[in-house]
Amino acid sequence: MNAQLLIQLLVNGLVVGTLYGVVAMSFVLIYKATQVVNFAQGELLLIGAWVCWVMLTKYQVPFYLGMPLTLAFMFVFGIAIQIVILRPMIGEPIISVIMVTIALSEVFQASLKWIFGVNPQPFPRIFTSQSVNFAGLQIQTVYVMSLVVSVAMMAGMAWFFRVSKYGLAMRATAFNQQVAQSLGISVKSVFAMAWAISATVSAVAGVVVAVVNGVSSGLSAYGIKVFPAAILGGLDSIGGAVLGGIIIGLLENFAQYIDSQYLHWGNLYEVAPFYVLIIILMIKPYGLFGTKDIERI
Amino acid sequence: MASTTLIPAGDYRTSYAADTTIFPTAASRNAAVAGIVLICFAPQVLSAYWLSILIQIGIFGIAALGLNILVGFTGQISIGHAAFFLLGAFTSAYLSNHMSIPVFFAIPLAGLVTALVGLIFGLPAARLKGLYLVIATLAAQYILLDFFNRAEWFTGGSVPASANPFSIFGYTLRGDRQYFYVVLAYVLASYLLVTNLMRTRDGRALVAVRDHYLSAEIMGINLTKYRTLSFALAAFFAGIAGALYAHYQLVVSNEGFGIERSIIFLAMVIIGGTGSIMGTLMGTAFVVLLPESMEWISASLKGGAIDRALQLNNNITFLREIAIGLIIIAFLMFEPDGLAHRWRQIKTYWKLYPFSH
Repeated sequence: MNAQLLIQLLVNGLVVGTLYGVVAMSFVLIYKATQVVNFAQGELLLIGAWVCWVMLTKYQVPFYLGMPLTLAFMFVFGIAIQIVILRPMIGEPIISVIMVTIALSEVFQASLKWIFGVNPQPFPRIFTSQSVNFAGLQIQTVYVMSLVVSVAMMAGMAWFFRVSKYGLAMRATAFNQQVAQSLGISVKSVFAMAWAISATVSAVAGVVVAVVNGVSSGLSAYGIKVFPAAILGGLDSIGGAVLGGIIIGLLENFAQYIDSQYLHWGNLYEVAPFYVLIIILMIKPYGLFGTKDIERI
Repeated sequence: MASTTLIPAGDYRTSYAADTTIFPTAASRNAAVAGIVLICFAPQVLSAYWLSILIQIGIFGIAALGLNILVGFTGQISIGHAAFFLLGAFTSAYLSNHMSIPVFFAIPLAGLVTALVGLIFGLPAARLKGLYLVIATLAAQYILLDFFNRAEWFTGGSVPASANPFSIFGYTLRGDRQYFYVVLAYVLASYLLVTNLMRTRDGRALVAVRDHYLSAEIMGINLTKYRTLSFALAAFFAGIAGALYAHYQLVVSNEGFGIERSIIFLAMVIIGGTGSIMGTLMGTAFVVLLPESMEWISASLKGGAIDRALQLNNNITFLREIAIGLIIIAFLMFEPDGLAHRWRQIKTYWKLYPFSH
C-alpha cells in the first residue's frame, strides 16, 4: 500500500476529473439544446488551445489579451459550425447527424495536424510554476489554477442557466422547441448560442490543459472521455455531466494506481473508463441523473 | 431493392416471387453475369497496381457490406467496425499458424469467431438504440484494440503476426493474380448471400426494425433477436474481410485500425448509399480510389508552386483524412441516399433519354 502515491493520484484525478466535467458539461449543453451528439467536442478543445498558442507565440500577444481573443474566436467559430454544418441537418435522422459530427472531428483533427504538425508544442509559461505544500502533498500551482478555473466555469454556467434570461430561453428550448418558439424564443439563435457557448467553454478547458501539458493532438482524447462521463451522469443532465466527469477522472487514476501496484497490465488507465461505460450502458443506460426516455405510440 | 421505375411497359409481375427476384429483367441479369465473366479476366489484363486496388475494393467491400446490414438495413450505427475487421485478421492468422488449420477453413472460422465476439458486444445493443449504441461500439473499439495490444500470445505484440498464404487441397496460391479469384469468390458469395437475406422474412424484419421499431415489435418481430442478429452479421462479414486481408498482406498488425478506419468504413456505406447492396460496392470503390487519386494529383503538382506553398506531399495522409471527412459531410448534406441513388437517376435519364417527360 503506497498511500502517498494513492493520494497524489486521487488529487490528479480530481483535477483532471473537473476538466472532464467541464468538457462533458459543454457536450451536454449541445445535446440538450440541439439534440446533436457532438463527436467533435475534443477538437473544439484542441482548436481553442492551438489558437491561443498561435497568438501567444507567433504574435507575442500577452496572455490577458490573447485569452479573450481566443474566446471571441471560438464563440464565432461555434456559431459558424452550427450555421454552416449543423443547421442544414436539422430534421435529418439522428444517425446522419452523428455521422456529420464524426466526420467533422476527422476534418478538424487532420487539418490541425496539417497546419501545426504532429509534435507537441510547449505552452509559454504564464505562471511561474511552483508547488504548494498542502497537507504534506506537493501540488503544482497549475493544478490549483486548473481546479479554480474549472469550478469557476461550472459556477458561471449554473448562474447562466438559473438566473439569466437567455439561459431560461435555452432551457425552454431544450424542454420543448415548439412551445419555446411559440413564446417568441428564436430557436435558431438558441441553437447557435449553444454551440458558441460550448465551443468557448471547451476552449477554456483546452487552454488549461495546454498550459499544464503542452498542445498536441492528444488533447482531443478529452473529447472521447466525455462519453463515459456524460453517460455516467445521464446525457441530458448538466450537473450529472460534472459529477460523471469527476468520477471518471478519479476512477482513471485509481485504475492506474491498482495497475501500477498490483496488476502490472499497463495501459489500464486509458481503457478503464470504457469498461465502466459498457457496464453503465448495460445496467443503467440513462445514467445517474438522466431522464428516462418514455416513448408514446 | 430494385427500382420499379425502369420496368418496360407490358412487363407485369404476376406473383410475389416474381416481384422479389434479384434481377428485375433478363437484360440486367445477363449484364451482371457478363460483368462477372469480364472481371475474371482482370488478372490477365490489368497491371499489378490496378489489381491490388481491385483486391482492396473487394476486401473492404465485404466489410462495408457487413456494416451496411447494420447501418442501412437495421438502422443501428457502429463506429467499432475496424476493431472487428482486425479481430478477424488476427483470428485467421492465429488459427492457421498455431492450430495448423488450413487457411481455406480458417477464413470462415475467423468470421464465426468474430461474429461471436460481435454478439457479446451486441448484447447491450439489444437494449440500446441510436446514440447509446454508437457510444457502446466506441467503447468496443477501444477495448478490443487494447486487448490486441495486450494479448501477445494472440497478436504477437509489437511484432506483426504473420499469416500463411492461401492454400487449397495442398496447392498454395501465390501472388495477387491468383489471390484475386479468392477475393472475387468471397465477394460474389457474400453479396449474393446478403441480397438473398434481404428477400427473406429475416431481412424484411431487419428493415422493419429500422423503419419503426415499435411497429415492428407490435407486429411480432423480436427486437432483441434481430438487433443482435444484425450486429453478429456485421461482425461476421467484418471478420471474413479481415481474414481475407490478413492472408492477402501475409502480416497483421494493429497499425492503422484505430477509430479513423472505422470512420472510413462508415464513409463507404454513406457514400455508397445506406441500405443499398450494390451501392456499398460503389462507395467502397469511391473511398479506395479517393486517396489514390489524391496521390496522382499531388504527384502531378509536385515541384509546383502550390506544392511548395502547402507541402502537399509531406502531408498527404492528413489531406486524405480531410477529404474523407469533407466528402462524408457533403454526401450527408446533399446526397443522403448516396451513389446508388445517383446511379439510379442516371439510368432513368438514359432510359428515357430523348423524351424525358
